[in-house]
Amino acid sequence: MSTPPILEVTDLKKHFPLRGGLLGGTTGYVYAVDGVSFSIAKGETLALVGESGCGKSTVGKAVLRLFDITDGQVVLDGKRIDDLSSSALRPMRRRVQVVFQDPFSSLNPRMRVRDILAEPIRNFGLAKDAKDLEERVAKLMDTVRLPRDAVNRWPHEFSGGQRQRIGIARALAADPDLIVCDEAVSALDVSVKAQIVNLLQDLQRELGLALLFISHDLAIVEHMTHRVAVMYLGKIVEVAPKRSLFAAPKHPYTEALLSAVPVPMPGMARERIILKGDVPSPIRPPSGCRFHTRCPYAFDRCRSEEPKLTHVATALDEGHVAACHLHDRPAAENPLAVAKGAALVAA
Amino acid sequence: MSSATVLSPTAATAPQGVAVAAPTPDVLLPVKARKGFIGFLRRHPTMAIGGSLLLLMVLVAIFAPLLWTTDPTALAPARRTREPSAMYWFGTDMLGRDVYSRVLYGARVSLIVGFSVAILASVVGLTIGMIAGYIRLADSIIMRVMDGLMSIPPILLAIALMALTRGSVQNVIIAITIAEIPRVSRLVRGVVLSLREQPYVEAAVAAGTRTPMIIWRHILPNTLAPITVQATYICAAAMITEAILSFIGAGTPPIIPSWGNIMAEGRALWQVKPYIVFFPAVFLSITVLAVNLLGDGLRDALDPRMAKRI
Amino acid sequence: MPPLLEVENLQTHFRTPDGVNRAVDGVSFHVNAGETLAVVGESGCGKSVTAMSILRLIPEPPGKIAGSIRFQGRDLLTLSDREMRDIRGNEISMIFQEPMTSLNPVLTVGRQIGETLRLHQGLSAKQAEAKAVEMLTLVGIPEPARRVREYPHQLSGGMRQRVMIAIALACNPKLLIADEPTTALDVTIQAQILELMRDLKRTVGAAIVLITHDLGVVAEVAERVIVMYAGKKVEEAAVSPLFRNPKHPYTQGLLGSMPKLGSSLHGDEGRLAEIPGLVPSLKQKIPGCVFASRCPHTTDLCRQVAPALEEKEPGHVAACHYAVKEGAIAA
Repeated sequence: MSTPPILEVTDLKKHFPLRGGLLGGTTGYVYAVDGVSFSIAKGETLALVGESGCGKSTVGKAVLRLFDITDGQVVLDGKRIDDLSSSALRPMRRRVQVVFQDPFSSLNPRMRVRDILAEPIRNFGLAKDAKDLEERVAKLMDTVRLPRDAVNRWPHEFSGGQRQRIGIARALAADPDLIVCDEAVSALDVSVKAQIVNLLQDLQRELGLALLFISHDLAIVEHMTHRVAVMYLGKIVEVAPKRSLFAAPKHPYTEALLSAVPVPMPGMARERIILKGDVPSPIRPPSGCRFHTRCPYAFDRCRSEEPKLTHVATALDEGHVAACHLHDRPAAENPLAVAKGAALVAA
Repeated sequence: MSSATVLSPTAATAPQGVAVAAPTPDVLLPVKARKGFIGFLRRHPTMAIGGSLLLLMVLVAIFAPLLWTTDPTALAPARRTREPSAMYWFGTDMLGRDVYSRVLYGARVSLIVGFSVAILASVVGLTIGMIAGYIRLADSIIMRVMDGLMSIPPILLAIALMALTRGSVQNVIIAITIAEIPRVSRLVRGVVLSLREQPYVEAAVAAGTRTPMIIWRHILPNTLAPITVQATYICAAAMITEAILSFIGAGTPPIIPSWGNIMAEGRALWQVKPYIVFFPAVFLSITVLAVNLLGDGLRDALDPRMAKRI
Repeated sequence: MPPLLEVENLQTHFRTPDGVNRAVDGVSFHVNAGETLAVVGESGCGKSVTAMSILRLIPEPPGKIAGSIRFQGRDLLTLSDREMRDIRGNEISMIFQEPMTSLNPVLTVGRQIGETLRLHQGLSAKQAEAKAVEMLTLVGIPEPARRVREYPHQLSGGMRQRVMIAIALACNPKLLIADEPTTALDVTIQAQILELMRDLKRTVGAAIVLITHDLGVVAEVAERVIVMYAGKKVEEAAVSPLFRNPKHPYTQGLLGSMPKLGSSLHGDEGRLAEIPGLVPSLKQKIPGCVFASRCPHTTDLCRQVAPALEEKEPGHVAACHYAVKEGAIAA
């Protein structure tokens, strides 16, 4: 890609200290995010998928700089933001906004919709005067397809889907380049979810927004993103353009995730990989490849040596990277060499 | 629209071949939504009862001079320890003062102390709790001090503070307030810490809102509900503490009629003239009960988990 | 042979300060012995209230259950509380969504499994523990003899849900009601639990009523499906016909609004079908079809006359004036 990325994250680490003992000292760390790198081009949607506790939301919050990171770099449109002071950061904040999962706790119950939407506009001085502010708020309501006169109402007067629209409008109010969608549609009912997914897609096309789409729902991710990064226990294990990833997953974890999604097609014959056991604790992550305790293909090398994200050749697309030792083996001994995405998701 | 309504079929005149669902009967008859006090009483009975009782007490305190009272401090040795009668509704005490008048005027002291302590302790506790919840360095220091204060029972702390100064209503208020501050601070700090994690606060941070504005617009309004509930409990506790302080002679000066003072004076005669202690005790109990009922009602009305139920 | 459970005209209403909430309003269905019936719908459609009503776990007041719920010939709504307690956890048991809050944190896993056994089958403490170990083995928990002495917080989410299933199955119930049993779990753990449920159905043979909003889960484990909307049953069919040829516009809308896994491989990445609008308030009586306010095919007839459930194809029932036998919607 020739244009510089809007967001570039390099070797991001966030370790949360565990406090305990009589004196409240640090007794260990939760390795929530442990060396994650990725980039998002302008107008691109990158999905960050994984199960709970894999660190995907922590990555989102680090990009928003809701806390200081432990190590690594976050570069927004060519400017490093992870080491900025809070006053130097404020103008940069305008460019990255967020939509959260829970439509109920993401809006202040004691603010009217107008004030919720006006807050970012005022903070960044985007409105010339009171009339302009009012006009901008009204336009935001149009953009998310809510009636203009609803600005005088309180959040509790809206349904979950409508509240999520207000949350999206608030994110758009700052006129951002990138929106972090942290499970933005996960808490919604199926029919409402479709409305919000369509809205996000329309907005992205109309406004040229880049999205960091954090989700555990692979069907939604496949529907609405360009590239997908799969996280497991604080690390990215695979990044690929969507079609390449769903056609031929190159990491055993991605493969298992795909095969685990229930598909609304009864009686369909499909290859099933059911992982044994649970995700290990991020306080004491396993040695070597973090997935080796549950991997159906693990061999000796996986237990001792950590695989690096390397380029894997695929039939479909360029830019498919995965962190798995299997790809160093001859094709005959590599169960991931063949493209079997179709067999995993549909017969 | 109206013409369509006329022409279009209804359940009775549905066209041939249309399967019409049997109507479902009413299992529960709807309760008529009542407005005004009756409706409020039905929805929030504890708050309505507590509020009314408290309002009654406040009116009694304000209009005590108009309620057929005499000077509560007027001595009349000739009419000592009269039993309750048409003349002296609650009887007279050992100095011949009218107990009815003293009890009514005593409401003033209790309510002033209760309300003042509730407001002062809430404001100071809110400030301390906010600072502790927002500044990590201050947090550990403030909270250790509060832990220390909380290890002393509030009543002992108030007695100790009163021992350092002379008895006056003002000093009683200050002493009880200091004793109550740790509880409010802890509560506010806890609420602030959990609110800081709320998505709407994080979204406001991402939207460039400065910290003072975050506190003013997002944190403070959402701490007011639990603080209000806590304030009612503090009000009730303060009224009891005031009565105890007065009872043991460490509170309101004996010259001012307060329920604690009246009971202290009647204590010696408890065996033979129980009514001197009985009436102020009943008034104290009713007032404390009213405030607590109001607090319970407020808690139920303001608790979002309760409000979210069907 | 009569069905194991027969629910007829179930109505569960709640009295609220601003009117009566008709959460479930005239729902009838049956469950045969050993079969898996899924009840699907979105939040507020009354599916969970239906499940709670079967076990009479609805607080009365503010709730009120009417209709009849016949289980093995007995109407559960006429039983005394005592008789009902003998049925709960013994002949009908329930699995909830949240495995952490449904387990008692201060009792060992073994005690919690054993409790129902001692209550309903009069086993001694020792026998109960032996049976608890057996149940943990059955639900695929490794090292059952050690786990039986552990507390819920020592187990992961998936393990806890397995324990919940073990408790539910301990007394060999004839009917198991599972209310969103995998919703709180991660995908890979969900796959484990669904696999377990499929296995158990073969080995244990209990009938299952599966309450869920996830059509994917329905397709994986159910045999027959009921679709609920706004307190009513709008469609019922065996699982394949329902997914291949949905009759009710709501079911069609639900299936159309779900993105399909593998869509990028087939290149069908168009817009998702939306169901416009919102679920109607259940506090007002709806004169016509409950879905009329959101249906793309609504006519005046729909708005004014509530459609009855009609058999559109053998065994395939839908409540729609226009869902004709071919499965297409006539204008």
